[in-house]
Amino acid sequence: MVKTVSSNSDGLVSLVLWGLFSLVTVVSLWMLGDILLLGLDHLSLDFVIGEPADAGRNGGIAPLIVSTLLVLAVCMAVVIPVGLATALAITEFLAPEGRWQATLLRSLDLLSAVPSIVFGLFGYAFFAIQLGLGFSILSGGLALACMALPLFVRITASALAMVPHSYRQAADALAISRVSWCARILLPQSSSGIAAATILSIGRSLAETAVLIFTAGYVMRMPDSLMDSGRTLAVHIYDLSMNVSGGDPAAGATSLVLVVILVVLNLITRKVLPDRTF
Amino acid sequence: MAMILQRFRAARAKDLFVQSAVLLFAGVAAIIVVIIGVYLFLESAPLLTGTGIPGFFLDRRWYPLEGEFGMAAMLAGTLSVTALAMLLAAPVGIAAAVFMRYYAPPAFASFYRRLLELLSGIPSVVFGFWGLIVLVPLIAKLDGPGASVLAGGLVLGLMILPLVSLSTDSSLAQVPRSHWLAGTALGLGRWAIVRKVMIPSAASGILAGMVLQTGRALGETMAVLMVTGNVVQLPASVFEPVRALTSNIALEMAYATGDHRTALFVSGLILLVMTAGLVAVAAVIQRRLKRYG
Repeated sequence: MVKTVSSNSDGLVSLVLWGLFSLVTVVSLWMLGDILLLGLDHLSLDFVIGEPADAGRNGGIAPLIVSTLLVLAVCMAVVIPVGLATALAITEFLAPEGRWQATLLRSLDLLSAVPSIVFGLFGYAFFAIQLGLGFSILSGGLALACMALPLFVRITASALAMVPHSYRQAADALAISRVSWCARILLPQSSSGIAAATILSIGRSLAETAVLIFTAGYVMRMPDSLMDSGRTLAVHIYDLSMNVSGGDPAAGATSLVLVVILVVLNLITRKVLPDRTF
Repeated sequence: MAMILQRFRAARAKDLFVQSAVLLFAGVAAIIVVIIGVYLFLESAPLLTGTGIPGFFLDRRWYPLEGEFGMAAMLAGTLSVTALAMLLAAPVGIAAAVFMRYYAPPAFASFYRRLLELLSGIPSVVFGFWGLIVLVPLIAKLDGPGASVLAGGLVLGLMILPLVSLSTDSSLAQVPRSHWLAGTALGLGRWAIVRKVMIPSAASGILAGMVLQTGRALGETMAVLMVTGNVVQLPASVFEPVRALTSNIALEMAYATGDHRTALFVSGLILLVMTAGLVAVAAVIQRRLKRYG
């Protein structure tokens, strides 16, 4: 007998898939809607530009926005040069499928799987204590850079790999030096991919909390320098909702601010890179 | 002639310089994970004596101030929340990917993809916050204190779901379109092609992605910390609170000293080893199945 694959199950499967689609959509919109409503309840211009008061229950989040930007600046100041070099090493300087390339890729895979609290633990012990940087924006930014690096490298390397092979052949035919090839052709050609890598890494870093609690620390004051402790928006949400009774409204408003920033970044990525292949 | 040669030499010197700089930076990137591993090991070393190691896994008494560092209860907390999250996220995530790719009208598919992409970018602390003020009170109405394994599994499941479905989706995208056409030519129904052709062809990628997302769930701190109640105990039901290994580090690192601090590094090392193990498993799956795919 020939085993037939019935097509009667098609209708049922379709029904189940539509059902799950509705469920996921409803739950997601429920959550996003809650964040929006909770946030709008407490959000105002004064909240965005004001100083926090009363452990964050009242007042605003201006110093936290500044701290967040400084942590991000430190993080990206490390991630972009190191990440670009690493991506170039993978695609240009190491033998394809060779031992060194494989080792580098495997090491980055491992790094991208390290739990964020472990980066926090390491950052605290290494940057804050061992190197004597203390609870500071610098410690936080460096620990965060370790976390964001593999994501940046992966996206950048695949952007570099997408530059047409014929360009390379043309460059070879013209005997262009490797540095000129990288600087004048390869990097400009993949600039939109590199921009996307940058924005996505910023998004991932903005969302991070566990890395920063024990590295950048908790202090809510406006930071004077990179050696000051500074609380980021994500850490603020955590602290308000867990450790401050009556902190929920402010936590909701901060969540909304953070989510809006992330959505905007997401939209920019889409603009920069309409065809998201990674 | 001499001038050309000189310029050629200068270009070569520049090439060599840039190449060494690039390789140096790449070396730094490659060695970070090694430094982290070695550092955690060194910090944990004082408690990693031969007889003590099984105790971390078998003993459930965590009284750090009295020198008792059993992590069995917290390991159970981590594993139970992760298992529940994956039990929810894996089937729904795969279904979402199949729906987007093979069933949904284009408008719905692109809406779904955007929603999942948006969800995948939401910070874990925001998931945790929502779980804390919305889900926990709802669960408390059913049974127990609300902050529980169930709350942790639901929040973490919702958080991992978009990652599972987007990674499954990209694995399915790599299956050659000719497979689909061949299935259609054989007169197979849509579901038959999906189940017998497309999913098996993408199995290595799907499975490897799933293993990696399990690692993500295992290592998640904030969302779990905020909704599971953080009581160190072996949970008797999903309505009971637990404390995950990750949460424990976040809760106690601020004031831990001496052996207590060392024990927290041991738990960090355990987390690192578990996630590294999952990465290795994912790599093996990808290699093995590709050979037969």
